[in-house]
Amino acid sequence: MNDFPSWTPEAGALIIDDMAAAGRTALLPILHEIQATFGHVPRAALPMIAEALNISRADVHGAVSFYHDFHEAPLPPRVLKLCRAEACQAAGAGAVADEVARRTGAGLGETTADGQLAVAPVYCLGLCATAPAAMLEGPAVAGGRRLAAKLSGARLDRLIDAAMGLEPPSPASAGVAPAAEVAR
Amino acid sequence: MTVRIYVPADAAAVALGADDVAAAIGRHAAGHAVEIIRTGSRGLFWLEPMIEVATPAGRIAYGPVASEDVAGLVAAGLFHGGGHPLRLGAPEAIPFLARQTRLTFGRCGVVDPASAADYRAHGGGAGLERALELGPEGIVEAVVQSGLRGRGGAGFPTGIKWRTVAAAHAPQKYIVCNADEGDSGTYADRMIMEGDPFVLIEGMAIAGIAVGASRGYVYLRSEYPHAAVAFRRALETARRDGLLGTRIGGSVHDFDIELRMGAGAYVCGEETALLDSIEGKRGQVRAKPPLPAHHGLFGRPTVINNVISLASVPFILAEGPETYRDFGMGRSRGTMPIQLAGNVRFGGLFETGFGMTLGELVDDIGGGTASGRPVRAVQVGGPLGAYFPRALFDTPFDYEAFAAAGGLIGHGGVVVFDDTVDLRAQARFAMEFCAIESCGKCTPCRIGSTRGVEVIDRMGAGDGPAQETLLRDLCETMKFGSLCALGGFAPYPVLSALDHFPEDFGLKTPLAVAE
Repeated sequence: MNDFPSWTPEAGALIIDDMAAAGRTALLPILHEIQATFGHVPRAALPMIAEALNISRADVHGAVSFYHDFHEAPLPPRVLKLCRAEACQAAGAGAVADEVARRTGAGLGETTADGQLAVAPVYCLGLCATAPAAMLEGPAVAGGRRLAAKLSGARLDRLIDAAMGLEPPSPASAGVAPAAEVAR
Repeated sequence: MTVRIYVPADAAAVALGADDVAAAIGRHAAGHAVEIIRTGSRGLFWLEPMIEVATPAGRIAYGPVASEDVAGLVAAGLFHGGGHPLRLGAPEAIPFLARQTRLTFGRCGVVDPASAADYRAHGGGAGLERALELGPEGIVEAVVQSGLRGRGGAGFPTGIKWRTVAAAHAPQKYIVCNADEGDSGTYADRMIMEGDPFVLIEGMAIAGIAVGASRGYVYLRSEYPHAAVAFRRALETARRDGLLGTRIGGSVHDFDIELRMGAGAYVCGEETALLDSIEGKRGQVRAKPPLPAHHGLFGRPTVINNVISLASVPFILAEGPETYRDFGMGRSRGTMPIQLAGNVRFGGLFETGFGMTLGELVDDIGGGTASGRPVRAVQVGGPLGAYFPRALFDTPFDYEAFAAAGGLIGHGGVVVFDDTVDLRAQARFAMEFCAIESCGKCTPCRIGSTRGVEVIDRMGAGDGPAQETLLRDLCETMKFGSLCALGGFAPYPVLSALDHFPEDFGLKTPLAVAE
């Protein structure tokens, strides 16, 4: 299992200083880069960003707290995002959430007792014609991310196994290059 | 002779195992000269992963293919289009595809979205060439003549918007593409960005020439990581190909595009909130006027259009505005990529001229529900769109006709529900979603949505008749008092559910009858 490197002001400064030249418009790109690098946006980064972009700390805090994607604390190694939007609701998203809660012990917005998996709602993944759908993300997910659709039966079982880190190495995907490389 | 196999890399196909299928074909192709090309999706999602093989007689499709099927397919002669229970024949002959008019999506699922050469081999670039011949005024005139209206939801005439920005004087202007496709039931933007990204780049470049803008931004929602990868790759390819950069297409015009990622805020699909987000602020709505056309990104004149609006432009330029305008009905001209979703048997993207009725789309094209139960309600136009009962299935798909029926077309999403749906729960969800996603700037949206949830809860607790007046009054306030469409349109799903399905709210008869 790979993990995110720990935050250090020096490592944060490298990202911030590199991107701050564009001015205030760089705020979201900086936050994305910090979150992608460290797995969260540490509180300590906020005054550094404010100074680099010449905006107030309140402005930075206001943006970080406004957007659902940014988190001040590290997330569990695996985050299962279950789509709760109408198309998925119409196709049985409620039953999927119930089954996930039954099998993992974590309902929507909750983290499992061992702290390894968070289950979160997401509002539309654009997989509305193959609903219900979900996205599993995190440093402990093979490839960093996995999409799943038409969730029922064996497909739902496989997703829950992967979410709980129980997935046996699949002969179909073991040792195979990512899709983009296979293509060329 | 190398055999070409096409396997979608569209996110929905990948979610159903397309990467495993591609890998399995790679393993079984050992010893054969086989090239696997990852395409977008044709949009026949009940058949995904749908793979195609190029044969001397044209492409032959198979689907839905699981990785376990590949060995059998290869044994049955997949590489020369051999017979197999999963063989679908020529994809263009599948009725769902054969009945469409694919003007904007013609290349999606067909071409290699990573190859500028393939794009040009399939007619790409012709719109830009024609645009350079016409010049800025000629381009704007062509877009006006085509009758194209914004496909993102509001339906404002695209050419008029461009004309306003073209007439504005400023040292810098911008083209902003709204790819924050947050509406449930919609995925057309995602499909274009994954399956034919160069058409969007070309459309933006044409817009840049038309109004005198040298910079463009694409604001893409973070829930679409696959689209981000595909589009970023296309941007790099387009710069090498001369579609972007300095002196594009050998002209005097410079144009380049930057991809910006959103961060999980539905309201950033509203154009002014989107502009604030790019500028590095909370994505809060701005009051209009001033219009973005006069005072947009960084305070400069800005064209802001949806992905599909911009992706429709190359066809209009290449084939002429009349060709495009000849499709459709009334003031709804050209084609609309309608997205069938939810509990639907044949879910997928159906591009057709405006005017087909809702019932044809749902029952005939969509084949009714996937569950096999009766269709009870259809939500058109995303989470802020109305719920239509069967009684309104004769409504033609047209901006004005939908507005007259108390709904909106929005971005063209059609979400099908069977008879197990609880419309009070759906109305509650609409208010709850609005409360979660409100930017908080205006009171009707911020407070009204929370109060809406409470009122609907009381109706569920048996206090239907007494609360109905309150809910209608609240919806009225939100509709006319909100700063943007999030609070202003949330009443559509709520009131349509109340009007057409009163029994779900504990109301015996519709209000009109009771009075």
